[in-house]
Amino acid sequence: MVEFALPKNSKITGGKSWPKPAGATETREFRVYRWNPDDGKNPSVDTYYVDTYDCGPMVLDGLIWIKNHIDPSLTFRRSCREGVCGSCAMNIDGQNTLACTRSMHDVKDGAVKINPLPHQPVVKDLVPDLTNFYAQYASIEPWLKTTSPTPQKEWKQSHEDREKLDGLYECILCACCSTSCPSYWWNSERYLGPAALLQANRWVSDSRDEATGERLDDLEDPFRLYRCHTIMNCAKACPKGLNPAEAIAELKLKLVERQI
Amino acid sequence: MSAADTPKRSMRTPLGRVRNLGAAHSGTSDFWRQRITAVAMTLLMLPVIVVVMMTLGSNQAGAKVILGSLPIAVIMLLFIVASVWHMKIGMQVVIEDYIHNEKLKLISVMLNNFFSIAVALASTYAIVKLSSGV
Repeated sequence: MVEFALPKNSKITGGKSWPKPAGATETREFRVYRWNPDDGKNPSVDTYYVDTYDCGPMVLDGLIWIKNHIDPSLTFRRSCREGVCGSCAMNIDGQNTLACTRSMHDVKDGAVKINPLPHQPVVKDLVPDLTNFYAQYASIEPWLKTTSPTPQKEWKQSHEDREKLDGLYECILCACCSTSCPSYWWNSERYLGPAALLQANRWVSDSRDEATGERLDDLEDPFRLYRCHTIMNCAKACPKGLNPAEAIAELKLKLVERQI
Repeated sequence: MSAADTPKRSMRTPLGRVRNLGAAHSGTSDFWRQRITAVAMTLLMLPVIVVVMMTLGSNQAGAKVILGSLPIAVIMLLFIVASVWHMKIGMQVVIEDYIHNEKLKLISVMLNNFFSIAVALASTYAIVKLSSGV
């Protein structure tokens, strides 16, 4: 059966409460998931207080402030700090999103609660192991596949055909959608998940690609594609405002279309 | 779950694990049938309710008269086919979602098929028996 409870060694126990920064007039409480692979202990939730006058407005600013001023051992991924790279995806106040684009003021009611992306193995603290997620992306072969002779210049595409890629090409592979999907939680070894399937639809929809049929063949599977039950958590979670559920529905429609 | 504690980590590459046995090249038929049967049930729902209400309070002889009408019998039989088929596909989806033990999954899918066929045949037999006046 599906494992609904956390394994014994993943259950959260206790956590350290760090003192409020001296001299701070206004602070914001952060409760952050901590797990260290080296100490053999269970995960915990540490409490920090961020000096909001000395810190930027975003949740990522708060985490960087904690790392710089309180606890240098706090581990998380970040790079562009403007919602382009997808590195700082994490679960903030129960919602998968990017720490760099989520304002800490938008988190109502008390502490800013931060956990790693759900249902993924944790490398350390807020860093999930996304090996399977990236392998799933690689499996849909996200590149142009053609057999016609390569043109002297570029592969041409009409404006109308280019527009079909809008809402698909913007995906930054942050994994917010896939890790928010219950179907992906239960069957991530076999279900490709919303992100990989949105990308698959991006290549299936590309007028320049000559392997559309083969791509659909590879997706037609009760588990790879049809585990999507239109739960829509993916669309709710996407920090770029994309709709992976719609992209998956388009794939299903194309598969029906070629049969009827 | 920590990365080190992930169960049964093999030395297979991540891409090899994802590709695994390849695509089954099936699933679309079930997906399409589930939609067809859903639409069929929506259309048949009202006539079936009317038929059931017509039989309320009547004895077996009264039910025989009502179900002896060809359109009514056909409506009931169509509803049985649509709803059982829909149930069978839906139950299989739930089994595939939550049961990960391969043997248990196989047995459950098999039992689901047996159960659905038994329900369909029993219901069909009842309608045919009543509508033929036996």
